[in-house]
Amino acid sequence: MKLRANLVIGGALFALAILVGVLAPWLAHTDPVLDANLLNAEEPPSWTWWFGTDDQGRDIYSRVVYGARVSLTVGIVSQLINSVIGVALGLSAGYWGGWWDDVVNALTNVMLAIPSLIFALAIMAVLGPGLTSLLIALGLTNWSFTCRIARASALSLRSQGYVQAATVLGYGDLRIMITQLLPNMLGPIVVIGTLGMGSAVLSEAALSFLGLGVRPPFPSWGSMLSDARDQITTAPWLSVFPGLAIFLTVLGLNLLGDGLRDILDPQSRSRRT
Amino acid sequence: MTGAPLIEVEDLRIDLDDGSRRVAAAEGISFRIDRGETFGLVGESGCGKSITALALIGLLRQPLSIGGGVIRFEGQEIQHLSAARQRDLRGNRIAMIFQEPMTALNPVSPVGRQIAEMFVLHKGKSWREANQLAVEALASVRVSAPERRVNDYPHQLSGGMRQRVMIAIALACGPDLLIADEPTTALDVTVQAEIIELMRNLCAERGTAILMISHDLGLVANVCRRVAVMYAGRIVEERGSADIFRTPSHPYTQGLVDSLPRLGSRAALGRSRLKEIAGVVPAITNFPDGCRFNPRCAQATDICRTVAPTADVLEAGGLVRCHHHA
Repeated sequence: MKLRANLVIGGALFALAILVGVLAPWLAHTDPVLDANLLNAEEPPSWTWWFGTDDQGRDIYSRVVYGARVSLTVGIVSQLINSVIGVALGLSAGYWGGWWDDVVNALTNVMLAIPSLIFALAIMAVLGPGLTSLLIALGLTNWSFTCRIARASALSLRSQGYVQAATVLGYGDLRIMITQLLPNMLGPIVVIGTLGMGSAVLSEAALSFLGLGVRPPFPSWGSMLSDARDQITTAPWLSVFPGLAIFLTVLGLNLLGDGLRDILDPQSRSRRT
Repeated sequence: MTGAPLIEVEDLRIDLDDGSRRVAAAEGISFRIDRGETFGLVGESGCGKSITALALIGLLRQPLSIGGGVIRFEGQEIQHLSAARQRDLRGNRIAMIFQEPMTALNPVSPVGRQIAEMFVLHKGKSWREANQLAVEALASVRVSAPERRVNDYPHQLSGGMRQRVMIAIALACGPDLLIADEPTTALDVTVQAEIIELMRNLCAERGTAILMISHDLGLVANVCRRVAVMYAGRIVEERGSADIFRTPSHPYTQGLVDSLPRLGSRAALGRSRLKEIAGVVPAITNFPDGCRFNPRCAQATDICRTVAPTADVLEAGGLVRCHHHA
């Protein structure tokens, strides 16, 4: 049996990130917000300060650990919202066609035409800053790719023999969509979803940088990265560690998506057993 | 059984709308199937036999639509029923199996689940009960080790096995009518014989009527009590299946019967050519006037080229549409 390296490594990285977020209070050395001490400002990484300290003397390690909570929540929840919207619209549009398809297509085109970050910004401006509005803003603006994929899959699956057979056997539209079409398009949807989680983590960074995301001094990887911009030459550890955290999480998500696609394909599933 | 036939089709017309105009892809289709009866619909590709089946089951999609006529199921007109009522008939009272067992099963779902879904959908069973019934259904189509096979995915099964699964799904709810559209075309000849035998036995046991659609006259005559031959969108002859071989009355049927290779005949031994019907099937947009078979018919006369023949009742039983029928 061949071990699925991408699934194992990706799953491990993603699980590690989640574990760090969940266990943050126990893993962190100091309080990420309150324990500022200017006497320790801009210490390079050492045995005391694993990842160094920032210009206010806060422990970067503790802030990265706590930052996992915000970044992962935003990544997972907003992408889940995107996937649900995208699949619901795309699948129904592709299956039913007609005027509904036209409406969904127009909507998707509008979404694709507007840069999603700008759109998210506009929503944030209405809702005000904060984690909840961040989730809503990112959850409503990145479903167009999922929608396109779902629609294209539904269009090609609709003419498959088993979908027609299901119609003949008396399945209702909803049942056909859920039992026949959805499982057959899950592979690409999951892959797109994990990629989307990665980009949601990055979007969170951008919005936090603009002061619309998580309010400072609470840490998120994105805002830490943005704060560290000015000191990238003098104190590179400020940007390296949150950047590494983002990198490893996104890498893990992509590998996981790849691995999941492999096991969601029943042909490769049976080849393994 | 007396009373209303199970299904009755009267003067059915199926329109093909290509955007600019409507042409009749099939017209004047009339037949009836009684309970537990086996009825065959034979014809070459494009003669309208498959769309007739789709019309019965309410699944004609653009550009095809029912242009006229009546379809009655147990005396009740079904072509105007609501979508929900039609759906209720499909799979439950009328089931269908397809030509391509390779593609007619959902590749990501174990076959047992696909059978079980029928019980959940139409009989309101719980998944627990349904899974149990699925094992029984699989056993009834002579699949060995059904309790293990229910967990298999379609790609793990051979073509014959898949068609058995399709039959299990189609017969799961004990339908009154099974429509089989070229059920064995994609299979080996030996497997074909097994599947046909299985289908016939199961339907006979349960009193399920069969509407079998095929281009294979021999196969249909073997399975069905009565056979209707279609040509270019019309039924040209309807007879008992024994009669149609012995005394075909329409020149087209005659041609079909003559073009069958027979064991021991001169043609089969390679000493003479197999007989064929001269000419080609007319295009759907360009059906000839009068009898549609007239350009290929050796017996055609002037009346054949102008007047479409009506269905004549034969003395020996059956119908034929020919001005010069025997």
